[in-house]
Parts: sequence; structure tokens; C-alpha cells
Amino acid sequence: MRSTLFLHGVDLSYCKGVLRVGLIEKKKIMDETAMRRAITRIAHEVIERNKGVKDLVVVGIRRRGGPLAERLAAKIGEIEGVVIPVGLLDITLYRDDLTALGPQPLVHRTEVGFDINGKKVVLVDDVLYTGRTVRAAMDALTDLGRPRSIQLAVLVDRGHRELPIKADFVGKNVPTSSRETVSVRVQEIDGIDEVVIEEKT
Amino acid sequence: MVFTHRKDLLGLADLSRDDIDTILDTAVPMKDVLTRDIKKVPTLRGKVICTVFYENSTRTRTSFELAGKYLSADTVNLAVSTSSVQKGESLKDTIKTIEAMGTDVMIIRHSMSGTPHYVARNTHMRVINAGDGAHEHPTQALLDMYSIREKKGSLEGLKVAIVGDIEHSRVARSNIIGLSKYGCEIRVVGPATLLPAEIEALGVKKYYDVEEALDGVDVVNVLRLQLERQKKGLFPSISEYSQRFCITHKRLSVAKKDVLVLHPGPMNRGVEIDSRVAESAISVVNEQVTNGVAVRMALLYLMMGGAA
Repeated sequence: MRSTLFLHGVDLSYCKGVLRVGLIEKKKIMDETAMRRAITRIAHEVIERNKGVKDLVVVGIRRRGGPLAERLAAKIGEIEGVVIPVGLLDITLYRDDLTALGPQPLVHRTEVGFDINGKKVVLVDDVLYTGRTVRAAMDALTDLGRPRSIQLAVLVDRGHRELPIKADFVGKNVPTSSRETVSVRVQEIDGIDEVVIEEKT
Repeated sequence: MVFTHRKDLLGLADLSRDDIDTILDTAVPMKDVLTRDIKKVPTLRGKVICTVFYENSTRTRTSFELAGKYLSADTVNLAVSTSSVQKGESLKDTIKTIEAMGTDVMIIRHSMSGTPHYVARNTHMRVINAGDGAHEHPTQALLDMYSIREKKGSLEGLKVAIVGDIEHSRVARSNIIGLSKYGCEIRVVGPATLLPAEIEALGVKKYYDVEEALDGVDVVNVLRLQLERQKKGLFPSISEYSQRFCITHKRLSVAKKDVLVLHPGPMNRGVEIDSRVAESAISVVNEQVTNGVAVRMALLYLMMGGAA
């Protein structure tokens, strides 16, 4: 017999448990295999869109865009038999919501060890939501140089845009409510590859 | 975070080791910003910083101003020598005037110890102490600690000699207070008349002989001989001071092989530090200036960036 447990109208019986205060895991939408396949498909799409990999560089947005950018660059490199430069962007100093955030975020290093002038930059993030992070990332990027183009690749697009920003490459479109949170977890940081939807209690 | 429940930075005595770590860690990406073609980030747009220096300064004031500008804050300097202070306006009225113009942070240097504390009590603005008398100069010590940490990897347990006029030095005091939090062995050395009688209460070892003090140290922080404060004949002559305490390569031969030499500037070359040492690879004098901007950017961000 399936036991049922309700909290604030949410059926918890299929939840793994309470992960963080005020967040309940509702549904796993991607596992390791699904994430790997999505990145492989995006890698092919990037190559196809750019007609090859000439002048192509990949830049991840801290934190979880970082490992995803590494994987995407490795996959593109594997397919084309080249090494794709990978960089890491910290956008804290460019945020427009610093005062709205709870605790002040720590500033980390931006590590883009190559010249981005004239390059085709594929910007990578885990979740595309309001678009504000991407706006900040584009500002941060253009302060480093003048790329020929910036393209956006995200693992999950959850909708609810507040700025006119659209991803060029999407791993999975996930319709969500604003009460929900999409958590991408990666092996390098979280010890597991998965994407889950959580709901605020 | 460091300034969540703290309005001001008045001295390192008020900060915990965790607070200092946060400031130094934040200064690392700030230094990256300094080395780019476009040395500007939009973080502190709309914030106003006012520097008020009742004593002369080249690097501290310029460094604060540039740190603010690199973070897109508006910075102004109250030139005390051409201000209404000369007409007899009191410090309290000066503070209120600056506050009324919408200033968020006031950075003050004054020859009287405790002035920044008085200012801080009398304003809603955040206050940073840029040097008060012979008391503290917290941002200098933070940039010294940043410079040491960058070269040595860690501050933990280092042997540091502070050489010169300890008596009049706020740089020495802030360094002692800051480095003590990392378990450093701190030695102070100088003419007996320039070593405060109770300095050992701060947990430092007192030396009168410079070779003895430098034996086996990782870092030598050479203080400026503050010629403007030496009016009481505390040592016979500059040349005698130089003979006994000037930091030369020969004297440094007893220190660790990879010894690091710091000087807060401005240098009296040939008095407290030999020019050849100052120009050599073991000296980080110029990098200290760069690091000073990075550390001050970190402080301004931590104070005003978002809901600090």
C-alpha cells in the first residue's frame, strides 16, 4: 500500500527527502545518461551551426556552468579532433540584483586565459531562468574583449524570462512554476549528475 | 560577511581571522580586474566615497580613489588644506556636511589616534580608518598580509621582522595585530628609543640588534623613518641610524633564502632600506602598491556591494 504524506498540499510520498530548509525535491528530470546525451547533442549542434570549430571558444558561468563548459568543450574537441579553449566567468561584480540577494555573494576569479577578440564564444550555464545572469555574463565578457559573436548554451531552459534573451542551444525545456526551483547537480561539485525540480514549502 | 553586522573598518583588532581571510580572498579577483585592458566593473554604480585626509598621502588616498573608480563608485577628495577646516570648521560639522551630500563611505586619516572612531560614532556613513596617529592603519596591514600570502602561499606560522621606528608606527601596530591572528612569530627591532616599552604585551619579541632579529625570518617589513615626527632627538643622527639598521643584502644574508622584503612607502633610500634591496627580486615594494588597490576594492565591495 502506498503511503501518502502531504505538506502544504504537496504529495511527498515520492520525494527522496528534504534537501534544504524550505525546499522539497519533487521530480528528477534528468539523470547522468540524459545529461550526457544532451551535451553530446549540443556539441553536434554547435559544430553544425558554426560550420566547424574555427575561432570557437567555450566559456562557462560559475559555478555549475563551469563543469558543463568543460564537458561541452571536451565533446566538441573529441568530435572534431581538436582542443577547444575553455574559460570560466564569475559574474558577481556584474549582477543587477546584488541588493536583492540575501547574503552577499563571494567574488571568485574569472579565468579566461585566452584572447576573446574576434572569437565565437559559446557561453554555458546550467539553468536559463530570468535571463539576468546571462545579461551580466555578456557584460563581463565584453569587458574582456570584443568577441565576433556570443552564443548561449544551457542545460535547462525553465522559462519565466525577464529580459529579451533566448538560448541558442538547449538541453531540455522544462515548464516550471515560479514556486519551483530547478537544481542542476554535477559530479565535480555535487558528487552526482542529475537535474531535479524542487518546490518551496 | 565581514560588514553584515559591522558598519566600519577602524582597525584590525576588530576583525577575526575569518574576516581577514574573506577580505584577502575577495582581493584576488579584484587584482585580476586591475590587470585587464578595461579596468572597470559596474558593481558600485551610484555609491559615493569621500576621502578626508588631515595628513599627507600619495598612495593610500590615490589607492582608495582608484579602487572606488574601478568599481564604478563616484569618489571625491576633501582637500583639507584648502577646505573650510582652515576657516575653523569643526570635525563634527565637516562630517555632517559630507554626510549631507549623500556620501556612503568616508575614508579618514588623522594625526590623532581615535579620530576615525569618533567620526564613526557621529555618522550614518561607513567609515574606513586610513591611518590614525600611531594607532592603526588597517588597510596597509591588509595589503602587506595580501602581499605576503601571495608570495608565501600562506601566513600561517611565518617569522616576520618589523624593522625601524615602531614607536610612531601605526603600520607596525596593525601588522602585529593582523599577523598574530595567523600564529606568526613577530619580531620588532629598532633603536631602544623607538621601541615602545610595553610592545611585548602585543605578543612580539623585542630586539635591539638587527642581525639577531633577521636570523631565519621569512619576511622583513621595513618601516619608514618618519622624519617629520622625529623632533625629540630620539636617535643621534640619520647616518648613525642607517649604519645600525639600514636593510642591506649583507644584513639579509642571515634570513631565510627566500626572504621577502616589504616597505609601506615612501622610502628613504639609503636610510632604512638600501636601494639595491628595494630594487631586487626579493622586494615587493611596487607590488604592494598594486595589491593595495586590490585590497581596498575588496573592502569597498564587501561594505557596499549588495546587502552587505
